[in-house]
Amino acid sequence: MGDGMSVLLRTIKAISLMFVSTELFAAAQMDLTPGVTAISQEVYELHTLILWICVIIGAGVFGVIFISIFKHRKSKGAVAANFHDNMTVEVLWTVIPFLILIGMAIPAAKTLIKMESPADDAEVTIKITGYQWKWNYDYMHEGFNYFSNLAQSSKDAVNSDNPKDREGINYLLDVDNRMVIPANKKVRFLMTSNDVIHSWWVPDFAVKKDAIPGYINEAWTIVPKEGVYRGQCAELCGKDHGFMPIVVEVKSEADYAAWVAEKKGVAAAAAAGDSKTWTMDELMAKGKDIYNASCAACHMAEGQGIPAAGFPALKASAIATGPVAAHLDIVINGSKVNPAMAAYGAQMSDADLAAVITYERNAWGNNTGDAVQPADVKAARK
Amino acid sequence: MSDDHHDHKPTGLGRWLFSTNHKDIGTMYLWFSFIMLFIGGGMAMIIRAELYQPGMQLVDPDFFNQMTTLHGLIMVFGVIMPAFVGFANWLVPMMIGAPDMALPRMNNMSFWILPFAFGTLLSTLFMEGSAPNFGWTFYAPLSTTYGPASTDYFIFGVHLMGISSIMGSINVIVTILNMRAPGMTLMKMPIFVWTWLITAFLLIAVMPVLAGVVTMMLTDRNFGTSFFEAAGGGDPVMFQHVFWFFGHPEVYIMILPSFGIISQIIPTFARKKLFGYSSMVYATASIAILSFIVWAHHMYTVGMPLAGELFFMLATMLIAVPTGVKVFNWTATMWKGSLTFETPMLFSVAFIILFTIGGFSGLMMSITPVDFQYHDTYFIVAHFHYVLVTGALFAIFAGAYYWLPKWTGNMYDETLGKVHFWISLVSVNVLFFPMHFLGLAGMPRRIPDYALQFTDFNQMASIGAFVFGGIQLLFLYIVIKCIRGGEKATDQVWEGAEGLEFEQLPSPAPFHSFTQAPEVK
Amino acid sequence: MTDQNQQKNENSKVVKKLLLATVFMFGFGYALVPLYNIFCDITGLNGKTSDQAAVVKAADIDNNRWVTVEFIGNLNDNMPWKFRPAISKMKVRPGEPSRINYVAKNVSSSSITGNAVPSVSPGQAAKYFTKTECFCFTQQELKSGEEKEMPVVFIVDKNLPKRINTVTLSYTFFNSPVAKKEKSSVSMAKK
Repeated sequence: MGDGMSVLLRTIKAISLMFVSTELFAAAQMDLTPGVTAISQEVYELHTLILWICVIIGAGVFGVIFISIFKHRKSKGAVAANFHDNMTVEVLWTVIPFLILIGMAIPAAKTLIKMESPADDAEVTIKITGYQWKWNYDYMHEGFNYFSNLAQSSKDAVNSDNPKDREGINYLLDVDNRMVIPANKKVRFLMTSNDVIHSWWVPDFAVKKDAIPGYINEAWTIVPKEGVYRGQCAELCGKDHGFMPIVVEVKSEADYAAWVAEKKGVAAAAAAGDSKTWTMDELMAKGKDIYNASCAACHMAEGQGIPAAGFPALKASAIATGPVAAHLDIVINGSKVNPAMAAYGAQMSDADLAAVITYERNAWGNNTGDAVQPADVKAARK
Repeated sequence: MSDDHHDHKPTGLGRWLFSTNHKDIGTMYLWFSFIMLFIGGGMAMIIRAELYQPGMQLVDPDFFNQMTTLHGLIMVFGVIMPAFVGFANWLVPMMIGAPDMALPRMNNMSFWILPFAFGTLLSTLFMEGSAPNFGWTFYAPLSTTYGPASTDYFIFGVHLMGISSIMGSINVIVTILNMRAPGMTLMKMPIFVWTWLITAFLLIAVMPVLAGVVTMMLTDRNFGTSFFEAAGGGDPVMFQHVFWFFGHPEVYIMILPSFGIISQIIPTFARKKLFGYSSMVYATASIAILSFIVWAHHMYTVGMPLAGELFFMLATMLIAVPTGVKVFNWTATMWKGSLTFETPMLFSVAFIILFTIGGFSGLMMSITPVDFQYHDTYFIVAHFHYVLVTGALFAIFAGAYYWLPKWTGNMYDETLGKVHFWISLVSVNVLFFPMHFLGLAGMPRRIPDYALQFTDFNQMASIGAFVFGGIQLLFLYIVIKCIRGGEKATDQVWEGAEGLEFEQLPSPAPFHSFTQAPEVK
Repeated sequence: MTDQNQQKNENSKVVKKLLLATVFMFGFGYALVPLYNIFCDITGLNGKTSDQAAVVKAADIDNNRWVTVEFIGNLNDNMPWKFRPAISKMKVRPGEPSRINYVAKNVSSSSITGNAVPSVSPGQAAKYFTKTECFCFTQQELKSGEEKEMPVVFIVDKNLPKRINTVTLSYTFFNSPVAKKEKSSVSMAKK
């Protein structure tokens, strides 16, 4: 609070800079991004064109208003004229704007038609599913899918009192698992949702499409440049709407192929994980990661929950310290009385469920000593 | 006439509770709107305080969502709309030479429903679980399957507001159609009366649709229907279509009466007749008609067929034409006038310029391919605040200063009025202009926390917000001071003022006016 | 006095008309629902497909063209099933009926009834996509641990616009509304 004065000074400086030079203010982006795809560049040009048309019309109209304000003042002896009608001008200022609009509509329609062309020659198809509050990327034809959550570094920094904690970590714009796509290939996105409407948006691709439960939408892009591109969910989807970013990594064709091969291997390994017996330490380590990614949004990092908002505490709770069977049931099948507690049975593997349940039963002084194994989960699913 | 012996006012609480007098009811509407302005504004202050810096400091994300939701609902339904109904109550009868509104008892009822509607809405803040937290647009399924228990109270509140608005507009229409003094033909009516007539028709057309959509929500939530639930054959996207079929005309409901107010004020202080009266009327009517065929421009990203996107883009762009005509007409009214700049004129000139800026960003976002980038970002937030704060709210300020002397018989404090104007003007731009940059740079709306590159502009916006919010207390002081006394206003109040209320009634306007129909030249 | 009565009559005439308009518009709000569905059928908005089995006409197959059909299976609200198409895509001849199986398995400990909601992308393809047999026409019940093959027989109309070469067929299983309702009434009772 003590830096109020310096903020005020900075604000005044910022305002004055705004009018003096946009380059000096480049640290904070002020204009739409031109993006990296052919489409996003076209969109940017369209935006710039219309902005300038507005600026020119605005300058004209406001100019006339200001001339009036300064010249036609009573205090300067101005005497009111008597006209209040003029057919010619009225027709002109109806017809000319109409023509300008047509001039704007033509390039706009051209770009729109390009954007909405079908993407069936796409070489990669990714199904994007919005969840409260994360994304699932399903590489349909490769046979693997994974969740993409807000990065742990950002989660840790959200409630921190020290602003330094939020620096250098791409705060709120970083995820644990990025979407990966190949450069220079047509990539097709199919959007849908698991619960409410979300909207998948990457400004650099000029792609924003709603993910609607029960329905699919599609969009496509071709990204010529390798790199990392960031975006956010653009449709209010509940409590953590502001905390489900999108990160897309564009790799060369070869690197992409290698990544896919590796991912397929991981999928196979996860299947293997379901059949082995885990040690307590392994379960706790894996469980903590899963808990932070999937549970902490409501039950909070220390298991204290937000009871006022209907999210119960797990610390010393009847479920987390009572019989294992009831605990398995609520995590696999969801709560029968509280719709906020989703069913995780279909989202997580046996090993993931075993780990997270073990973690909940032993963290924050819940020390029940129970080590739940994937085999127990498998049995409970029946 | 039978009412003539009634020229003393009733006294005590009963005067207000059972009032059937258009001036008293107008006053109550205006005070109600004023109180709501501070409640909704308080919520805006919470929002801006949380957004002052990155990280969550003051509130949790769910409460933040409740604040954005209630702020929107209160400002739209509790501030802007009741304020305009207040103006209509006060002014329509005086402007058309009628003794009162046509249906005085219904007038009383439509006002007294409002405190209950907003009491219900605000009570959700104290309910277990959460107040409505799905945005003022309450998209399904976030508000249906996933809505908090308090949603049903929200629905009840919306129903009450709808009933109140519909009764209010029926009253306005009947008054304007049936109660005009002899000689007051439709094309002689002041523009304010015209804009309200058209607004009232819009209200009657779309408030029932809003009532329908919340009723569908109610049955979806509690009685097993599936209007918006894909599982039962419904469609969440249909919610958006039906909502915006109401919502877009609603936007014009909030701006057309401001056009009317500005069209009254500019000629007065330019000492020159309004330029293009009839084109003003036709432009207002065409904006109203067009508003029914552009709703889907709020939802370009839901995945419409190309033909639909093109149609809604072109229809939306078309609205720029009649809106442009209005701005050009006001400019031409000022041109070669004999201008003075009392507070109402200052707010009106600011309205023209800043509303036009909001209109420009609106034109930009009508372009479908570019709107994919703007949609649901702070660019949109900047746009509708330019239109509704520096548009509708500034027009309300302008109108209040303009007619206060007629209402109270006293001039307001001109110096304080100018202070209010200049501080508001600067702070509101510091508040909302940077939001354009934030949106273009990629900051989504309705988020409680943001990435670091958005910090500077958010801080600017917050500082502007605190100043703009604070200075409205000065406006409250000015209004109270004016009611309690001050330099006596003349009957005409302003040198260039025209119209029955200024030419044929004393200041303050008597409790019962025009019990004998005036003569209209 | 008579003036006033006449005024009152005039007023109530207008009020009646306006009230009628209000009621009409309330009804119109509801009429938007079927209107919207008709609109969807015509334009393919949202990729809705018919929820009725189509009657097959004599096969009229376009042997000069291949259309790729992709299949997606989704579960809504973390429904505890596993649900996926047996194959992720296939090439079909327009006009020729094709069969594909989806596999669903209930991994929860209780019996669950689901509704499958179909969606086709791009939306314009929806009206050229007909199904003669589909598990989405009726509710599906799976006992705990039960696995079931669910067939779909479909035909891509040979009039499918030439610019569309890939059609995506998606099914999302929702916990059936009946089950949902019980769930919500329980939570209401808790309040």
